[in-house]
Amino acid sequence: MKNLLTFNRKTVVNSIGLILFLILPFLTKSFEQEYLISFFSMILIYGLAAASLDLILGFGGMISLGHAVFMGIGGYSVGVLAFHKYESSSIFGFDGTENALITWGVAILIAGVFGLLTGAVSLRTKGMSFIMITLAFAQMGYYFFVSLSKYGGSDGLSLYNRNELLGLDLGDDVTFYYICLAILVLFLLIAHRVVNSHFGKVITASRQNEQRVQVLGVASYRYKLAIYTFAAAVAGLAGALMTNQNEFASPELMHWTKSGELMVMVLLGGMGTLFGPVLGAAILLLMEYFLAMYTEHWMVVLGPFLIIVVLFAKNGLYGLLVGSKDKNV
Amino acid sequence: MNLMKKITLSLMLVMFGTLSAFGAESVKIGMITTLSTKAGYLGEDIRDGFKLAIAQGDGKLGSIPVELIVEDDGRKPGKGKQIADRFIKRDKVQILTGIVFSNVAMAVIPKVVRSNVFYVSPNAGPSKLAGKGCHENYFNVAWQNDNLHEAVGEYVTEKKFNNVYLIAPNYPAGKDAITGFKRFYKGNIAGEIYTTLGQSDYASELSALKAKKPDAVYFFLPGGMGINFIKQYAQAGLNKKIPLFGPAFSFDERILKAVGDAAVGVINGSQWSSDLDNPANKEFVAAFKKTYGRTPTLYASQGYDGALLIGSALKAVGGDMKKADAFREALKKADFPSVRGNFAFGANNHPVQDIYVREVIKDENGKFTNRIVKKVFTNHIDAYAKECAK
Amino acid sequence: MLLFIEQLFNGLQLGVMLFLMSAGLTLVFGIMQVINLAHGSFYMIGAFVAATVTLHSGSFLLGMVAGLSVAGIIGMIVEMTILRQLYNRNHLDQVLATFGLIFFFNELTRIIWGRQPLFMDIPSWLDGTVEIFAGIEYPLYRLAIIFVGFIVALFLYLLFSRTRLGMQIRAGATNRDIVAALGVNIKLLYTLVFGLGVMLAALAGVMAGPILAVEVGMGESILILTFVVIIIGGIGSVKGAFAGALLVGMVDTLGRAYLPTILSLLLSSELGETLSAPIASMSIYMMMALILAFKPNGLFPIQSRLDS
Repeated sequence: MKNLLTFNRKTVVNSIGLILFLILPFLTKSFEQEYLISFFSMILIYGLAAASLDLILGFGGMISLGHAVFMGIGGYSVGVLAFHKYESSSIFGFDGTENALITWGVAILIAGVFGLLTGAVSLRTKGMSFIMITLAFAQMGYYFFVSLSKYGGSDGLSLYNRNELLGLDLGDDVTFYYICLAILVLFLLIAHRVVNSHFGKVITASRQNEQRVQVLGVASYRYKLAIYTFAAAVAGLAGALMTNQNEFASPELMHWTKSGELMVMVLLGGMGTLFGPVLGAAILLLMEYFLAMYTEHWMVVLGPFLIIVVLFAKNGLYGLLVGSKDKNV
Repeated sequence: MNLMKKITLSLMLVMFGTLSAFGAESVKIGMITTLSTKAGYLGEDIRDGFKLAIAQGDGKLGSIPVELIVEDDGRKPGKGKQIADRFIKRDKVQILTGIVFSNVAMAVIPKVVRSNVFYVSPNAGPSKLAGKGCHENYFNVAWQNDNLHEAVGEYVTEKKFNNVYLIAPNYPAGKDAITGFKRFYKGNIAGEIYTTLGQSDYASELSALKAKKPDAVYFFLPGGMGINFIKQYAQAGLNKKIPLFGPAFSFDERILKAVGDAAVGVINGSQWSSDLDNPANKEFVAAFKKTYGRTPTLYASQGYDGALLIGSALKAVGGDMKKADAFREALKKADFPSVRGNFAFGANNHPVQDIYVREVIKDENGKFTNRIVKKVFTNHIDAYAKECAK
Repeated sequence: MLLFIEQLFNGLQLGVMLFLMSAGLTLVFGIMQVINLAHGSFYMIGAFVAATVTLHSGSFLLGMVAGLSVAGIIGMIVEMTILRQLYNRNHLDQVLATFGLIFFFNELTRIIWGRQPLFMDIPSWLDGTVEIFAGIEYPLYRLAIIFVGFIVALFLYLLFSRTRLGMQIRAGATNRDIVAALGVNIKLLYTLVFGLGVMLAALAGVMAGPILAVEVGMGESILILTFVVIIIGGIGSVKGAFAGALLVGMVDTLGRAYLPTILSLLLSSELGETLSAPIASMSIYMMMALILAFKPNGLFPIQSRLDS
């Protein structure tokens, strides 16, 4: 928290970013571009997912290529509960519901538990094997939902409405936008505290030199598993928001290219910076959006752009903005 | 520190710049379709068929000037949803069309038709939208997903095949396909296999199939999966022993180019064929070949019919989309010269049409195409129409 | 029983195909420590070029030569301009950059060749089926794939155990600096190794062309399986890639063939039917997760720099 309050370039950038996100709805309104709001909500949601990935990727040094599966699980939690509400049936003895407090909670819980279980296995491996085992779990999730015909399989599951949250109208794009923003900011604050805590220090230290940490008698495995689970749970929440945003859940959410995109967002923005991935999400989605408007062959531009960022902006675009090589927030 | 601000501001300017480019007079039609990914050619054909109809009317459909905006959904439901949102809110589009795949359709259509936007489907026809989920603003100008499979089921029964082996990918459209086939097939089922979506090697399935000694095989494997399957089926020497049947999706003229001789002789079900004998179709096929230098596929015919259908309704309301009820009535009448000949809408706004079986042939120029063998159904109505209560 | 033998051949053939892909990938990873997601793109390029040349010249062999050379040249250019910058970077940068390459190559292919899948046929001299056992008719072309795979395996074995170049490559993998100090041009060596890896991928693409759809994105379908193979085998080990490829090929093929029957014996038939398809799809991933849980470095771990 201290860092946030001291006046430096990073604080200025972060504040500008926050202010920009806060006034975006007004900007779009005054330019009569309200349709963009839901697009910006999408940026926030991807930003949340990417920032959660940054916890394990940037801070923990664990390269996961299966993070999207947690989004998918979160997304389906919302979708399935809404489905049962609509059908007035129950699942495992629970009635369906559209109450966001429950559905989002369930999303966080199930994604977290799945993260804990798969993490416990995955974290036994390192490097390339870790990349692939996370991918393997994600693929299993993908094929599971593709063949789950009761919930639409690959056709996905439509929501009739967005969830209800404490009497707020989530169907209103601006309200939903601010809820996403609030959740994102809250997560960034918590995550910022976590990384700068003793707990976070152990994680960072074990990224740099795991043996030394273990010699000191710290069971780094448990710490890593904890952060992995936390990141999974947050990605689950992002998935729940995504399903609300799209009013739709589909296995597409957890396809491995989605995990790849999340990874791209983190790297594009700047690894280990928490705020960077949000910026990365914004840049990637904006590029996709605008390039697609000008050419159907937009990927031929995006590809080299990614390569150039890797080659010339080592700390990502956020690194360029704040101009520091300091990896801690 | 100002960089981000600058970027954002310039991006905003770009956005508004593109907006002012649109004219005010013409009726806007939003086309969300799949142009990228492996399946990109499907969207390309739908788009090109649609554009052909506009070009033939000198930028007009039903004498009303139209403006077509096309965007690629990348086969992703989320992206399709986003594009629909943008078309409706930014461009004030009231007519949408173009979606190729059921999963994108399910994400987009139920929502948009509830907000007084018309959707004319040139391809996907998921059962959910034909039955309980039908809507007065949703029109399907192609088929209900099961239709083509039903036709082959009927034909196979007629031809006295009595032990058929079934293969489809393990996803909803695959299950629907098999259900559709079985609805009209009365014989014994030698085996029923669901493969992984996107699978490319079918050696294992082919060996198992061969061992069951069926007297025919029915498969539904859209896109590249079908190309792989048909080639490997022929390479295993099975095409000479066990006749293969499928829906038109694996036998459109562009896939045939990639499959070659392996597909010759295969019987497939379709609602359209380039050799359908009616004036509208002859004109369409000739014009399409002239404009794009390739034989149209059924997707192109569906795009073309979709454009003509919209044109007929636009004409009825004089291009005034505020007359939504009149526009809907006019769509419902389906008063346009369909390249399929007979065409009407049923109670659920899905086609009531004839369905044929075609045979893959090599024409005199050495090109692979289809020839109609038989009309299997006349004025066929889909099985879900009765569930649609409005 | 006959069916089972036939399925074994199917598994072997799929395994060999995977081996062609994974040998190149594992070489590049083992020696340069670089993760190349774009490996599948070279598979695709090989297939597209070969299909085009075969169609116009009528000669499959000419197509193969063209596919291998074009892919090899593009691969070496990519190595010299982009990948070379990434050798000392972390895996993440490599993933991102090569992810970018996938986008680029896919879209470029679409611009050059259009959206339509290409046609590529089996050469007439490999067409048809042969009777390998009494009662088993097997496509000749698939036997040819198996043959090519074993030739490549033999070639790689000889290259590494019998030639100077192979020794330099192995030495370079263990300690780059010392080898460089001994006067070996490491840069050139790396470019060559990468070129070799790319050509193996292209060879897989060319061989796959006649049985599979030659289409944009075909590389990604096989890429994931390839990664599974080299992880199971132990990264960097060609021997491991061979074992892993055969294992994955067998498990995938036999799983698809027999899981439905086995599951319906174990479970109620309805549940078995519902579960068999998704489980068959997942079988290799489950196998990989299992193997990694017990042998985190794969079946044939390379001792050298695995923990770097």
